[in-house]
Amino acid sequence: MPFDFYINILVAGVLNGTVYGLMALGLSVIFGVMRIVNFAHGEMMVMGMYAAFMLNVWLGVDPLVALPFVALALFAFGFGLQTTIINRFINVPEHQQFLLLLAVGIILTNAMILLFGPDARAIQVSYAFDSIELGVLVIDKVRIYAAGTAAIIAALLFGFFRYTRMGKAIRACADNFLGAQVIGLNIKLLYAVTFGIGAACVGAAGTLIVMLVDVHPHLAVDFTLLAFVIVIVGGLGSLSGALIGGILVGVAETLPALLTFVSIPPSMKSMFSFALLILILLVRPQGLLGKKA
Amino acid sequence: MVSKKEHSGPGAVSRRRFLAGSSAAAALMLAGLPIGTRAAGTLKIGVLLPRSGHLALIGQDCQRGADLAPPLLSDLGYKGIELISADTESNPDVGRTQAEKLIREGAHVLVGTFDSGTTAAVAQVAEQKGIPFVINIAAAPQITEQGYKYTFRNFPTGPMLVKDGLVLMNTLFKATGSSPKTAVLMHVNDTFGTSMLNGIKALASKVGLVTEIKEYIAYDPKAKDLSVEVAKAKSVGADIHMAVTRLNDAILMVREMVKQRYEPMGIISPGSPGMYEGQFLKALGKYSDYAITNVPWFDPRQEMAVELGRAFTKQYPDLLFNLNTGFTFEAVLIAADAFKRAGSTNPDELAAALRTTNLDKHVMVGGPIQFNDKGQNVNIRSATLQNRDGLPRVVLPESSAEMAPVFPVPGWRDRG
Repeated sequence: MPFDFYINILVAGVLNGTVYGLMALGLSVIFGVMRIVNFAHGEMMVMGMYAAFMLNVWLGVDPLVALPFVALALFAFGFGLQTTIINRFINVPEHQQFLLLLAVGIILTNAMILLFGPDARAIQVSYAFDSIELGVLVIDKVRIYAAGTAAIIAALLFGFFRYTRMGKAIRACADNFLGAQVIGLNIKLLYAVTFGIGAACVGAAGTLIVMLVDVHPHLAVDFTLLAFVIVIVGGLGSLSGALIGGILVGVAETLPALLTFVSIPPSMKSMFSFALLILILLVRPQGLLGKKA
Repeated sequence: MVSKKEHSGPGAVSRRRFLAGSSAAAALMLAGLPIGTRAAGTLKIGVLLPRSGHLALIGQDCQRGADLAPPLLSDLGYKGIELISADTESNPDVGRTQAEKLIREGAHVLVGTFDSGTTAAVAQVAEQKGIPFVINIAAAPQITEQGYKYTFRNFPTGPMLVKDGLVLMNTLFKATGSSPKTAVLMHVNDTFGTSMLNGIKALASKVGLVTEIKEYIAYDPKAKDLSVEVAKAKSVGADIHMAVTRLNDAILMVREMVKQRYEPMGIISPGSPGMYEGQFLKALGKYSDYAITNVPWFDPRQEMAVELGRAFTKQYPDLLFNLNTGFTFEAVLIAADAFKRAGSTNPDELAAALRTTNLDKHVMVGGPIQFNDKGQNVNIRSATLQNRDGLPRVVLPESSAEMAPVFPVPGWRDRG
């Protein structure tokens, strides 16, 4: 196999992985702050995909232009969901939180089946077939845009949490709930904003992923599972871990093509990301950038 | 999508049957004929198709072929055709019960069912009840290998499909003066893809395919992204790219080939859905052009095919006429022809007439419609379709061609 084959595959894996990382960031943000695992994560991403699809097909809006509006809509959705429903479940046992969010996921999936039907839908952008040549690299323009946008959003998010007052307040809630209460932070508002941010991240990721993958309602389960793999690999609660985990998983998915000396059935593609997960759990259970329990 | 089930049960009258009855009554009044005589002159054809479930889109394509048949056939001298339809819901068990229901409702002949599983179930019912069954589409060989006397298949078997598909590749290369030496084959990793693959492996050397298939690349039918598989295919460096696909993955595959600037001499399917379908043509636009699929298809040189195509376009201007519609129309034609020759709705007389079918005027590419002693039409041929200016066109065999094939094909960036 020629060298350019390997390098192209790896680059594609990294670019895909960056978008996966943004998707997982949403899950990580919510868990990191509220210690609630969002089992409706994939469904919220599919909502983002359909929102971008609608804007593209009905209004002719490019997904990259639609992205801020979709993220804003998902922020509002997440904020509202948290203030009305999830807030009541903050201090209940984990299995009840699980059931709640699973129910939300099921409702969302079936709502989307009602609205759009079960068939896969594809988005069409003017640059859908374009690629950029750099030496032996032939890089898909759509992937470059998607990964670049994901990286920018992730950077903005890091900036928000590190340099803004509200971001610091949210991190304070994550670090020490009681301490945050003592100094008078508005916990309810901060939790609602956190859930909104998590939803906005996954909505943005959905808008980017719809440029790469055709959308259908049952995609959600695959992506929730993928997000879990990424977050565990990168370290629960670690924002940069989610990005690194995403890239690792994106590259892991390309391994079947690289291992040309063995014939691996294509349905075992995800075996490699799960193998990576198991390896991490065995060697470093807190994840690459997670804190030791 | 949800389809409305027709009312069933003794004494129930569906809208379709009421309207048919009204038309018949009006005709009787005009003709001044006794009711008994006219009633004996009507052939009831039970149409079984997967109008809902995962094969719904295709089932509805087929239904259009059935619905267009009675008025067109009437113009051609085949009178007294009445359709009663049932939905198999893409499920063999439902197919079986619906077949029994149609027979109870008085169907003299059954037509259907698109997929091999349901077709096998219905063939069994037809044999038990002694009702002739004309198969529109189903490729599993064993359906006509069980000694059934009431089953007649007007569709190629799997081996026939593969063999024709490969032979047409040689014909294409000869017709265009090209000689690709190597190929890479990408195939969907499900029951259909695997059986096609096994057929290709078994028959390629037997038919003397001039191209050596260097590598076989399987992909998951649920794949969301085929970039890795396409990169692998590209790295093989073969002259041509062969594909056994379904619709969604055909779109993903070609889209990825464009992005990776993978330009083989051509993309050829030896017989699988995808590249000739309307959604593929629409999604890929100019990049859908020149893709080649070897499938059974309607014959643009046959007058009946032109008439059917015209009627189809008039009735369904937004849809693309395809093999599903054509074969289902032909199944109704075959039943109507047998009825005309038998002069009776008696099942055994109809079956005897079906056995002696000899229709040189029909719709699909191939010789006259005739059934061998197993009930298989061995004269059906595949055609080579090449997408040109956003439409699938017959380019081979020459006797059915509407334009000359282009091979090797232009590169992605050379398409205007």
